Amino acid sequence: MKQKRRWFWLISPAALLIAGLFGGSLFFTLAESLGFFSSNGGVTFEYFRQIIGDREVVAAFSFTLILTCVSTVLSAICGVALAIFLRGQMRSSRFLKTLLQIPLAVPHLAVALVLLNFLAPSGFLARIFYAFGAIKTPADFPVLVNDAYGFGIVLTYVLKETPFVALVVLTLLARVGDEYEQVAQNLGANFWQRFRFVTLPLIAPSVVFSSLIVWVFVFGAFEIPFILGRTYPTTLAVVAQRKFNGTNLSERPEAFALAILMTLVTTLFVWFYLRRTKNTTEFEKTSIF
Amino acid sequence: MRENSSKISVRTKAAVAAFAWVIGLPLAWLTVQSFAASWRFPALIPPAFNLRAWQYLFDSSSGISNALINSLLIALTVTFLAIVFALPAARAIALHNFTGKNLLLFVLLLPILSPSIAAAIGGHALFLRYNLTDSYAGVILAHLVPTVPYCVLTLTGGFSRFDVELEAQARTLGASGWQVLRFVTLPAIAPSLLLSAVFAFMISWSQYLTTLLIGGGRIITLPLVLVNFQRGGDEAVTAALTLIFLAPTVLFLAVTAKYWREN
Repeated sequence: MKQKRRWFWLISPAALLIAGLFGGSLFFTLAESLGFFSSNGGVTFEYFRQIIGDREVVAAFSFTLILTCVSTVLSAICGVALAIFLRGQMRSSRFLKTLLQIPLAVPHLAVALVLLNFLAPSGFLARIFYAFGAIKTPADFPVLVNDAYGFGIVLTYVLKETPFVALVVLTLLARVGDEYEQVAQNLGANFWQRFRFVTLPLIAPSVVFSSLIVWVFVFGAFEIPFILGRTYPTTLAVVAQRKFNGTNLSERPEAFALAILMTLVTTLFVWFYLRRTKNTTEFEKTSIF
Repeated sequence: MRENSSKISVRTKAAVAAFAWVIGLPLAWLTVQSFAASWRFPALIPPAFNLRAWQYLFDSSSGISNALINSLLIALTVTFLAIVFALPAARAIALHNFTGKNLLLFVLLLPILSPSIAAAIGGHALFLRYNLTDSYAGVILAHLVPTVPYCVLTLTGGFSRFDVELEAQARTLGASGWQVLRFVTLPAIAPSLLLSAVFAFMISWSQYLTTLLIGGGRIITLPLVLVNFQRGGDEAVTAALTLIFLAPTVLFLAVTAKYWREN
């Protein structure tokens, strides 16, 4: 029967498009990283060897890793806190959902530019400090953007991803209900005990899922460290872009090799997560749409 | 826990108020900045105002209006194409059972979860072969990579709540395939359709790196101009540009607010 194969025809256009564009692009990244086009069909690991021995790349790797983990953990904590604070507070859970969806429609670039305006040494906050006599010149103001520790970068991510984590957690909370917590309350558990031993285990899948998305996104993102970071130390995506667009064309293959390494890290991360959860029900349970 | 109703309104109000401040304060600050003649540290209020930044924005020689039109054209085309490709796929995932569905979901998630620079630089090499770099078509295709999977995921949510029987009933009543789609299916999934359109638009609208690499500096969009002016240090023009860049978000906010007030 024709109906049986219907899903195949429904899937095909999107699958072919993604396979062609994304698969094709990644294939070229891989081929270039192995020197497939430049060495007449031969394959070399030279570019991978070069980037692993590159001090700039090694520094960027640890900087990116720390930045990503700190942003993810802070977003997860703030997101869960926001979700617990807001749950059951609105007559309509759809209103709450929409409220938390709006920050998703704010471009990261805009958040970065606004924060730059607020936190720069001559920005809004510094002027308020001056008005209260706390500082005398912009140089007295702590360096919060384009700083060596990536403070501005982390702040941007936490601001942007906290509503996202809250949205995913609230979606699951709405599904599991509050019966278990009421039982715990009737048995005399206080707020912290209820959270630690009842709520947290219940929402754990959504926290893990949203943290994974945040981690993978922050790890590979380019714009925020580009705007709010420094030349050194910086993140892997910025180093890769610099090697690709730099004046030294011989560094170009290294950009491809670095991009492949970054993709490997994120893919392994997602693959490991999917293996642990075994199926996609977690996705369905935590679908924010 | 079920809280009493007075507590409910307090927390709701606190959340909405905090939300309004976080969104409203930057918008107000940017607006003032865009009209400021010069606004050096430590002045809290600009000493003088003028229309220089806004006049410059709409002056054809600055090329900014051109970038704005490019951004709009590209984002609207990408939104339309992404939904056209995503609709059938989302339907299949939500309403059909088949082997390899989980693998398909993983593959669909990859473009969203991979570092965009990996696809962007490989895409540059790939598109170069087909003369697609430095062209609108190339930029639009590159923007489809993150948007199509996103739309599939969003629309899958909509279709999973959809009752297929409605379509059969409409067909029994003599509706054509197009009429069923237009008057039954699309209205039924309208909320997630709207949401996926908004996000597809915003993803394309905010692309920086991909447009820069695939467009090769020939296809100039708003984020590219925005970053240029920020780097150049013209604060008034940057502020005005940021406001324009945020206009779709504000529009989305206004439409949602109107919807919730009416319901």
